[in-house]
Amino acid sequence: MDALLLQILNGLDKGSAYALIALGLTLIFGTLGVVNFAHGALFMIGAFCAVFIQGLLNLSYETIDETQKDFLGNPLKVKTPYLENWFGPETGGAIIDWSVPLAILFAIPVMIAVGVIMERGLIKHFYKRPHADQILVTFGLAIVLQEVIKYFYGANPIPTPAPSSLTGAFDFGVLLGFDPNAVIYPYWRMIYFVFAMSIIGAVFAFLQFTTFGMVVRAGMADRETVSMLGINIDKRFTMMFGIAAAVAGLAGVMYTPIAPPNYHMGMDFLVLSFVVVVVGGMGSLPGAVLAGFLLGILESFASTTWATTTIPGINQVIIYVVAIIVLLTRPRGLMGRKGVMEE
Amino acid sequence: MSKIELTRRSMMKAGVAGLATPTVFAGTAWSFTNEPQGGAVTLGFNVPQTGPYADEGADELRAYELAVEHLNGGGDGGMINTFSSKTLDGTGILGKKVEYATGDTQTKGDAARASAKSMIEKDGAVMITGGSSSSVAVAVQGLCQEAGIIFMAGLTHSNDTTGKDRKANGFRHFFNGYMSGAALAPVLANRYGTDRKAYHLTADYTWGWTQQESIANSTEALGWETINNVMTPLASTDFSAYIAPVLNSGADVLVLNHYGGNMVNSLTNAVQFGLRDKEVNGKNFEIVVPLYSRLMARGAGENVKGILGSTNWHWSLPDDGSKAFVRSFGTKYGFPPSQAAQTCYVQTLLYADAVNRAGSFNPCAVVEALEGFEFDGLGNGPTLYRADDHQCFKDVLVVQGKENPTSEFDVLEVVEVTPRAQVEYPADHPMFGGAEASLGSCNAGA
Repeated sequence: MDALLLQILNGLDKGSAYALIALGLTLIFGTLGVVNFAHGALFMIGAFCAVFIQGLLNLSYETIDETQKDFLGNPLKVKTPYLENWFGPETGGAIIDWSVPLAILFAIPVMIAVGVIMERGLIKHFYKRPHADQILVTFGLAIVLQEVIKYFYGANPIPTPAPSSLTGAFDFGVLLGFDPNAVIYPYWRMIYFVFAMSIIGAVFAFLQFTTFGMVVRAGMADRETVSMLGINIDKRFTMMFGIAAAVAGLAGVMYTPIAPPNYHMGMDFLVLSFVVVVVGGMGSLPGAVLAGFLLGILESFASTTWATTTIPGINQVIIYVVAIIVLLTRPRGLMGRKGVMEE
Repeated sequence: MSKIELTRRSMMKAGVAGLATPTVFAGTAWSFTNEPQGGAVTLGFNVPQTGPYADEGADELRAYELAVEHLNGGGDGGMINTFSSKTLDGTGILGKKVEYATGDTQTKGDAARASAKSMIEKDGAVMITGGSSSSVAVAVQGLCQEAGIIFMAGLTHSNDTTGKDRKANGFRHFFNGYMSGAALAPVLANRYGTDRKAYHLTADYTWGWTQQESIANSTEALGWETINNVMTPLASTDFSAYIAPVLNSGADVLVLNHYGGNMVNSLTNAVQFGLRDKEVNGKNFEIVVPLYSRLMARGAGENVKGILGSTNWHWSLPDDGSKAFVRSFGTKYGFPPSQAAQTCYVQTLLYADAVNRAGSFNPCAVVEALEGFEFDGLGNGPTLYRADDHQCFKDVLVVQGKENPTSEFDVLEVVEVTPRAQVEYPADHPMFGGAEASLGSCNAGA
């Protein structure tokens, strides 16, 4: 029972990331009809927003410490962050310590801008082209974005820790009457799950309860009719691209303490996120979220010792096996709509 | 025309091997593949320039460029001044100016073979060196054997490279999984006691398998019990599903047989799950990373502090060779070299020196010059290139993540320099292919 609970918890945070990325993918596909292979790169750029803010907050001045030597035997140059100089070591250190949460404020406008520029600058030229062309151009764009980030930040992962007060793990086992250490779960992963649920809830609320959202939903159902009513639906869809980019970016920002970011992290999530979208049903927002959590938890179960010893390699193929089963039994995915990608 | 001096033995080897050479590498009238003509000789530097190990590859390339500069008489000469063999005098190799071609392994076996093949066939490289992965090293070593080219391996730590997959044309300066186990286990037993239960997470490929086997054998010999070994896919980015069951398993040590991005992520995840703050079986829970890379360890940030592991070389070593190399490299590039850079630089000097001593670029003459070669002054103390398996035997470093680093490069500190005698093993050791493992015959190609 404790092992079961443990793997469900483990699946939740990975499922949260899948769900957030798949939600953005589905928003873009549902509004603009574009299969966006650059969406993983948006997740990665979001993560590097956190790296950028961490670097910015750590901007330092150098002083020479004659008592210590560097690797060449010269007097050591000691770096002190400006923030610590301006606000004192405690306050300055605390601001630096909270760089990841602070990066959220930076990432939202940046990611919306990146999304809008990407859509207006490149993707809009491919609306009437076949899906294969869209996939090629967005995949190419993802590689370009990766290489740009690698040029500035290198190929190695960059440590981007959570605030020190939010590190450590909570012992659920003790709370639920199990042995100590039986079910432990890091605080930051709990925060990630709550954060993901909040973002998902906010996106659904935005689409459901605002006039803007209502128009977008109408446009998703029948673009031509909405346009004939005199509504500039293209402009709204461009905004939705920006919002989808922001959702992926925020997922990336908050993921950095879980796995130190590198330029390739978007690709690691991209393929799985597409499987999530297909399993959930192309164009279905609730389907994307449901499939994200479902596959995250299943992947977690498949990685247990029991599963890998019973069926060796199951941890590497479980998602694809489930995708095949779902597509054989429900060709439109779990919550797919009729007519989507069926022309 | 270069002067060629061959022994009867090497000529016979070349002849036999030449008959067996695939036609793709035949086609010239020279006595061996890519015999240098004119006043220059080309070396092939095959390193990861793209992909997850690109930073390590960039450091390898810096080291190779420095070695070429020193061989051609530029710079301060670096380790040429401290090398016990005195054949290198800044006039290139056998009087020929050293030039180089580069290839991108992408840390993929097929891409690495393609780039090595291109450098051999199009650039005329007479020696291939570099790499940051054991599967790549094994693949390229096989290609060089077929082509009649010397392969001086870069960073490769799997026992198989000089074990079951050893080749007559291949040489490894870097240490291996067995040596990590032999060096690390006594330090672990000394620090954490002999009554420990270890849980291994292992990268599911040649390097992970051999390292896990080596560490488990060495620690079990000192009283530890290995209670589980879970293989993790190389492409994993989140190890939480593998780490969460560890505390419930009765283990009090977690051994992470991971390298590069895998190591950064698994260690970060393990620390997130609070493993280091726990007490199991009445003891503090400990984490071990058997193979450290300073470049990669930076990625794990503060999580490496106090965690034990092993490394081939470290820039803080006080010997003259290390100091000369760090001075040359640091002055040229502004930061200290990595262990990958050191092994690549040393391999280039060793190859150049072997050619000079042999008086020929003929691969079989070079093989003969390197086999059983004893040297010093290159940063790891007195070293032997063993003839039986072409593995270097030298001191191994046990290191730990530094508690109070003074700079971004100051990530690891040396805990112990394990003497060479402690990490030696017979060439027919079962972990290295047993009695069946063989170098085969040297191949001069052409």
